[in-house]
Amino acid sequence: MIYLVPMGNIESDIVQSASLCLWHTFGFEVKRFSPLEIPTHSYDEKRRQYSSIEILRMLHKTMPKEAFRVLALIDKDLFIPVLSFVYGHAQFEGKVGIVSIARLRQEFYGFPEDKELVTNRMLKEVTHETGHLFGLTHCNDTSCPMTLSTNIRALDKKGVSLCESCKLLLKENMVEKFQ
Amino acid sequence: MKKHWEILVVDDDEIACESLAAWLREDGYPTDMAFSGHEAIDKAKKKDYALYFMDLKMPGGLDGIETMMKIRNLYQDASVIIITAHATVDTAITALKEGAQEYIVKPCNPEEISLLVDRIIKVKNLQRQNILLRKKLTRQYRFHDIISKNPKMYDIFQLIRDIASLKSTVLIQGESGTGKELVARAIHYSGDRAKKPFISVSCAALAETLLESELFGYEKGAFTGANSQKKGKFELADGGTIFLDEIGDISPKLQMDLLRVIQEKMFYRVGGSQELKVDVRIIAATNKDLLKAVNTGEFREELFYRLNVINIQIPPLRERREDIPLLVRHFIEQLAHELQKNVNDITENAMRLLIDYNWPGNVRELENTIERALVTCKTNVLSEEDFTFLSTNRDKSERWSVPTNQSLQDVEKVVIEATLRRLDGNMKETATVLGIDRSTLYEKIKKYNIPRLKEDVE
Ligand SMILES: [Zn+2]
Ligand SMILES: [Zn+2]
Repeated sequence: MIYLVPMGNIESDIVQSASLCLWHTFGFEVKRFSPLEIPTHSYDEKRRQYSSIEILRMLHKTMPKEAFRVLALIDKDLFIPVLSFVYGHAQFEGKVGIVSIARLRQEFYGFPEDKELVTNRMLKEVTHETGHLFGLTHCNDTSCPMTLSTNIRALDKKGVSLCESCKLLLKENMVEKFQ
Repeated sequence: MKKHWEILVVDDDEIACESLAAWLREDGYPTDMAFSGHEAIDKAKKKDYALYFMDLKMPGGLDGIETMMKIRNLYQDASVIIITAHATVDTAITALKEGAQEYIVKPCNPEEISLLVDRIIKVKNLQRQNILLRKKLTRQYRFHDIISKNPKMYDIFQLIRDIASLKSTVLIQGESGTGKELVARAIHYSGDRAKKPFISVSCAALAETLLESELFGYEKGAFTGANSQKKGKFELADGGTIFLDEIGDISPKLQMDLLRVIQEKMFYRVGGSQELKVDVRIIAATNKDLLKAVNTGEFREELFYRLNVINIQIPPLRERREDIPLLVRHFIEQLAHELQKNVNDITENAMRLLIDYNWPGNVRELENTIERALVTCKTNVLSEEDFTFLSTNRDKSERWSVPTNQSLQDVEKVVIEATLRRLDGNMKETATVLGIDRSTLYEKIKKYNIPRLKEDVE
């Protein structure tokens, strides 16, 4: 079972769409968790961002044992020390991953709100990070959600559903490693 | 596709290290972590990483730049990206001067780092393709275990193919170390007898009587110690090929016996009376001028002509210098693997040195030279410094003609005297050049009564 964990202020219809998308793409039942507090120590005052790895560590410790995979959705901007920001972060073939929707919102770039666009972007990143949890690495197909997008233009270019080769790889991984 | 390029992230900040490693793993690179410069060097010794991310500021006496220098000592073509918090011009200049391929200022844009890694890996892929191409070239110039692109050697390859399935005896001539046995094997394994035994005998290694029983076997009680019957090499080679190396060194009696085997295709075991018939192809080899030995009466003329039905002359390595690069690459690849050394290349200067060297010991000397250099090599590329032992011997070997009428002791005395003179009586250097320790040198000087040039003041 995949646990879907909203953190901070995330609209419930966004969580719902994410839940449906995960179930559809990965074939696991998805359990929606009640919203969690963002750990205060993960906030970096100087950078005014949240450390993704601190949050992943917290989730790893607090999530119930029966949670096979955990994906968190957060409305805050995430970082790792070497990079200026990350859209999301997952332990490769690990248990926990996280997606930030801060930079997926049009408001971040000074435009009016666009609910449909932010949902669409979120679905791509949710699929992307969950793909990492199931052993997928970055894809060369720029229309596949598993391609690495480092800016919003590239993110908007890719689609929501996995390309044929990633689908195949996912299927193989499921059989070999995750049964 | 990129899975075989491994990355090491080095940072004392555990979170920075772990998160960057995770990010690179998502991109498909197997990534390890080290939390100090010392740990990084330990890990690098065990594995040749394609790329290092190195934090500039690390405690424990080794910062990023110092660690990078040590790693570049181990692997000349290691790519290092220095991560720094502040872009000072000084840092950048130092990092680049010391050979970091790039440096990044953290926090850095994900796009920037992604492009940087792609660019470095693209170069690595190209380099790998070049290495693969070179390997393919070696294969192209390979005939059995002989590697050459020299026209004379090509003629020999063709001759080997033509005569492989004949029964005629073959005489292979060439200086020592030119690969006479390899040619003999190539003949055997290219022909009809390939699935039958190939038996090799070095005629110079054994005394006359021993060689006789080695070749023809013996009956029980043929001599003291012959407690049971034993088959000789000719019987073992039945149906196949016998390779008689250093045939120029056999005694007149054995020359007679051999002639009989060739003429009548039969022989007796030592102490035996039963005629034994075998079907064996004889390939003989020598580094001597056999015709001269025939003229002076040391070698039976008839045997010479019986052996010399097909003659193959292998040119010395100095007459086919174009093969040296091919052979050098081949030996590096093969021996580095055997010796488990992580060496895969050689500098241009070192290659030049090997091409210019005279190689009195031919391919075998080249092989030994590469082996010795590999053993002492401290990086993953052989350089001139790894061959210094060769240049100290160089001037000597070029004028050296091998004396063939002196006792070994006389030769030893002359060599010690000459070396001492060249090195102005320096005992330490003389011992090093001669490859013996100083106490042995003292002993020999005393034994041969060699006058010392000056008092040893060490
Ligand atoms: Zn894909
Ligand atoms: Zn990714």
